[in-house]
Amino acid sequence: MVKIRSSEITPEQVYLSRRKFMKGIGAIALGSLALSACGSLATPDTQPTSTAGPDSFLAQPTAHANATADKLTSLDDITHYNNYYEFSQLKDPVADLAQHFKTRPWSVEVGGLVNNPKTYDIDAMLKRFPQQERVYRLRCVEGWSMVIPWTGFPLAALLKEADPTSRAKYVRFESIMSPQQMPGQQDNYFKWPYIEGLRLDEAMNDLTLMVTGLYGKPLPNQDGAPLRVAVPWKYGFKSAKAIVKIDLVEEQPVSLWMNAAPDEYGFYSNVNPERPHPRWSQTTERRIGEAGRIKTIKFNGYADEVAHLYDGMDLIANY
Amino acid sequence: MEAVRVQDRARLNPRFTPLQLLAHIGAWIPLFVLLWDASHHQLTANPILEATHRTGTTALVLLVFSLACTPLNVLFGFRQAIKLRRPLGVYGLMYIGVHLFIFAVLDYGLDLDMIRDTVVEQRFVLVGLASFLMLLPLGVTSTRGWMKRLGKRWIKLHRLVYLAVPLAVVHYVWLVKADIRVPLQYGAVVAILLFLRIPRVRHFFSSLRYRLAPRFDSNLARPSKV
Repeated sequence: MVKIRSSEITPEQVYLSRRKFMKGIGAIALGSLALSACGSLATPDTQPTSTAGPDSFLAQPTAHANATADKLTSLDDITHYNNYYEFSQLKDPVADLAQHFKTRPWSVEVGGLVNNPKTYDIDAMLKRFPQQERVYRLRCVEGWSMVIPWTGFPLAALLKEADPTSRAKYVRFESIMSPQQMPGQQDNYFKWPYIEGLRLDEAMNDLTLMVTGLYGKPLPNQDGAPLRVAVPWKYGFKSAKAIVKIDLVEEQPVSLWMNAAPDEYGFYSNVNPERPHPRWSQTTERRIGEAGRIKTIKFNGYADEVAHLYDGMDLIANY
Repeated sequence: MEAVRVQDRARLNPRFTPLQLLAHIGAWIPLFVLLWDASHHQLTANPILEATHRTGTTALVLLVFSLACTPLNVLFGFRQAIKLRRPLGVYGLMYIGVHLFIFAVLDYGLDLDMIRDTVVEQRFVLVGLASFLMLLPLGVTSTRGWMKRLGKRWIKLHRLVYLAVPLAVVHYVWLVKADIRVPLQYGAVVAILLFLRIPRVRHFFSSLRYRLAPRFDSNLARPSKV
């Protein structure tokens, strides 16, 4: 089990001020050294932080200092406005429907084209990989966004341990299939289970986070407990929830959304205001909890960290 | 002269049937619930979107009800329904007005550049707008005065509704993420309501009703010739 962290018994408001304080400390003490990869455009920072390598065991979560100027979305909004079609196509009922979802015991199978395939028990996984906090913007393809303080560990750490073979080109995520617990899966309109994928270099990018917590507490069920991924420069649906299987593969995985509407949802799905979507404006977004609209930024503002992954690629054709 | 006097009396002494009363009250309820929820912060984490969806759905439902009035009369001789056709349509237009106000003012802050971009970029916004522009003159000319002024042309003009409502359904189909079953159900209902208006179909059903009339509709007078 994860040790109870002080933040787990801290109310949100106190937590916020603590974070602010730590952010201040971080900025003074660490300077530019450890400033995160989550900087907003106003304060770009390209230094990747690897304060917690896969081999270090940190009892406390690493405060991943953040230079983001965005205001955090409230815990209430993050936990009551959920796109989680396994439970419901409506966002409001998800919190209630997911309340009794079983997240223990839970095992995550890491396999495919790797030298060290392994099935992790979720609690062992939490111990094995030191947890850090990262504040990421999340931009949903539907034109709304949030700013979320996740806790988790870089997917790169897990992949290094699995040791992909030279044939591995993509990572494929498979979410749980449990129609008894997930009413949405009793409906065959979508091809369950939820599948998502990343190119190996995207998966290895330091921004790609395996998420286990939110606001310093264990991840709520409606947000994808016990294990989800957060890929902040891509539309939210790329960040699969309730993951049970991570496979390294040679062929590009076909995601659930690519299957459902191939002309609308591509494999890459990078946040890109230049590529219009037939249903929603991708040039602007509504920040949850705030009034009015803001302009959407390419790669959701993480261009410094990830734009190089797509050098020479046509991102309109490869949407 | 006689007709004018009857009309005046009706205006002075408007007698609402219970059904009309129900329609008028019912049409306001969604707006009051919306305002109540808005003032109590019960419009989800994305209140503007929720309010947009609710007003849009309400408008579509009212328009479908309005379209259902004539077939209800043709199929079942439910004459009271005819009196609901106009108010339901006008209320539908009212909700579209609120829907547009939320879109242009609350959502886009009257930023004309942003609005233009989204109208051009989003095909569903474009058809929604087209539907509104067709319904607007129908709302304006829905009064008795305009009916008289336009005479036969009024009926022709008001056939625009047969195009505007399907466009509203297309607007709905195009904005849903992937699972378009619910908007298609609306589409099916609208298709049936329009199908029943095809002269031959309409005639078939009304003559069928006359033939079956005595069995379930004792009030209905048999026409002298069928």
